[in-house]
Amino acid sequence: QQDQWSRLVAEFGQFFHATLVKAVSIDNTLHICDLYLQVFVVKLFCIKSTSLRLSPLQSLVVANGGLGNGVSREELSAALKQMGEVDKLIMHPNKPYAFVTYRSEESARKAHINLNGEKLQCGENSVTLYLSYVDSVTCEEEASVPLPEGLVLVEDFVCSEEEALLLAAIDWSSTNTDVTAQKALKHRRVKHYGFEFRYDNNNVDKDKPLPAGIPQECLPVLERCVKNQHIDIMPDQLTVNQYESGQGIPPHVDTHSAFEDTIMSLSLGAKTVMEFRHPMVASLPWFYQNGASWITPRKFDMVPACEPQSFGDATPDLRTSSNLTLSKRGTRTSLTFRKIRHEPCRCAFPSACDSQGAPPAPSPPPPPSLPCCHADAALLEEQYVHRVYDAIASHFSSTRHSPWPRVCHFLSSLPPGSVLADVGCGNGKYLGVNPELSAVGCDRSSALVQICAERGFQAFVSDALSVPLREASCDACISIAVIHHFSTQERRLAAVQELVRLLKPGGRALIYVWAFEQEYNKQRSKYLKDQNKELPENHNPAENSPEESQEPQGKSSVHNSSHSEDNYRTVDNNQHVTDGKLSVHTTAQPSKPRTFWFPGI
Amino acid sequence: MFVNMKLLTHNMLTSHVKGVTKGYPLLIKATEVKVNEVDFNPQFVSRMIPKLEWSALVQAADELGHRQDLPVELVPEYEKNEEFLKKVHRVLLEVEVIEGCLRCPESGREFPISRGIPNMLLNDDEV
Repeated sequence: QQDQWSRLVAEFGQFFHATLVKAVSIDNTLHICDLYLQVFVVKLFCIKSTSLRLSPLQSLVVANGGLGNGVSREELSAALKQMGEVDKLIMHPNKPYAFVTYRSEESARKAHINLNGEKLQCGENSVTLYLSYVDSVTCEEEASVPLPEGLVLVEDFVCSEEEALLLAAIDWSSTNTDVTAQKALKHRRVKHYGFEFRYDNNNVDKDKPLPAGIPQECLPVLERCVKNQHIDIMPDQLTVNQYESGQGIPPHVDTHSAFEDTIMSLSLGAKTVMEFRHPMVASLPWFYQNGASWITPRKFDMVPACEPQSFGDATPDLRTSSNLTLSKRGTRTSLTFRKIRHEPCRCAFPSACDSQGAPPAPSPPPPPSLPCCHADAALLEEQYVHRVYDAIASHFSSTRHSPWPRVCHFLSSLPPGSVLADVGCGNGKYLGVNPELSAVGCDRSSALVQICAERGFQAFVSDALSVPLREASCDACISIAVIHHFSTQERRLAAVQELVRLLKPGGRALIYVWAFEQEYNKQRSKYLKDQNKELPENHNPAENSPEESQEPQGKSSVHNSSHSEDNYRTVDNNQHVTDGKLSVHTTAQPSKPRTFWFPGI
Repeated sequence: MFVNMKLLTHNMLTSHVKGVTKGYPLLIKATEVKVNEVDFNPQFVSRMIPKLEWSALVQAADELGHRQDLPVELVPEYEKNEEFLKKVHRVLLEVEVIEGCLRCPESGREFPISRGIPNMLLNDDEV
């Protein structure tokens, strides 16, 4: 697209132009997502101060040709080798690009010309490659990282016969699901022996052992563990997880407080790569094959690129990222043995412990409370009403253009020449409804009053509790969706009294308010959502911001100059608080990020 | 069509500072005034007149230099006096205060008029 094109060129300059013009001339249907990816890569280089060059050099960056895009070393390498002899191919884990260095500039130039914009088939997917010259390739060989402290990796602990025996001992047929608490989870299936690990509360019912204990077939393995001093006490709980190709478990922290210290995991079937992260050192992941903590829920793992046929013999060294490729994973079964702990956890890591210092489960929010004194109430209104309306005035005004029909009806019913005060007039949408009235509005928000003036209405800034108008000067007053903004019953009553003060004898006022508890024809208000209920069907999300987006369901009530107290009966005046906090109704509450906690694999 | 404070509105405004018993009418100290012509509607003006504090209107018009020759006392049968109604129309609906302030006659508290809008908010200790 020409305009997007120009924008990108302007942003990234001539270099980018050259590269992308080439890309487009090869492939007229260049996808914008590819394009953005390239932008991302270029930005990355800008940050890392790796220089991109127009003139031919031996090294190139291959955008989209990365392990993170599902491109394997073998597939990319094959395509690159057709252009000449490759000296070095660097593929960083999880990155969407790769670096290639050719033996000669000539080969690099050939690759730049022929591969730029070309599609590369990778298994079922294809990616479009974009190549650019780079003057230096940094092969960030990460320092060799030892195994996480306390982790012992024992390879080939079971022989293939034992492996087959163990796998056969796990009966996945669904006849005995209750005995072993078998469950199909989202990206794996799981079985428990000895005790069930419950995923609803992420803990174990220590008093409710399962009918099926640890299978007999496991005992020789466990006895060998004791003999080799991997453990000093026999486990009594087994969790079996099975992952098909493409399945896996998201990053998680085990619930450890339910168990004794040692956790043993036996990985059977397909080999895999696991990553351990220290909560404080997130940038230093440990990669291991056959380790014991987490697997990416992908179809592929990153493994060292040895001969693909014998990759099972590869050394578990993924720390040098220059030599990685992708490997499709088969079905893998893991057996995790643990011993139930019957005493409270006293581990040395209270901040990470699920039973000690870890954040407690979120307690239900405190019930709404009422401010206890005048100053508290005023402060609350200042914080939650005045500042909000000043901040949202223009948006509020632009979404509040239609006067409510019942209010219009009231205004039209007033005799010509009547004096009207609209207390809490907002953007003044009622001030011009009946041009035969002498209408004046006031609002606490100067930003909204400004909008009234711009629309040609008479309005001033004032508080509804103290309206600076002569007593008995008005034939009519309206207060539409205003008084419920006051935080106490006293203040709401005072606001009504102020309207009454303004009215002449025989004058009329129209007040609209609503409450969280309001009902009409035994139905709860559709404006205020019940916490446990779905969005009402006729709720229009485009117009649901703070107030008065819908005419409330309650009937409008036109009062003669005395007021009714009906609207106040729901306020619970028995609640006393001292902290002056209100529970705030928000219409667009972001959904909380879900956190998953899993037991061991 | 931005409008500033008209004298029709001023005629309704009063000082509401705590303890003040005679807060009306507010004195106008204007630094910027303009006349903004509005269609003359004699019926509307006649309907407004009985709702006004007449002396306050005359005083305000005087303060702004737009009294013309409006009398201190309301003339009888003004409904039929188009010339009179036009003068009232002018001070009531066409004279606008853009900048200045409104001063409480009793407490001296001044309420600012800025860009045509009176700000009548009180401080906590004035309520």
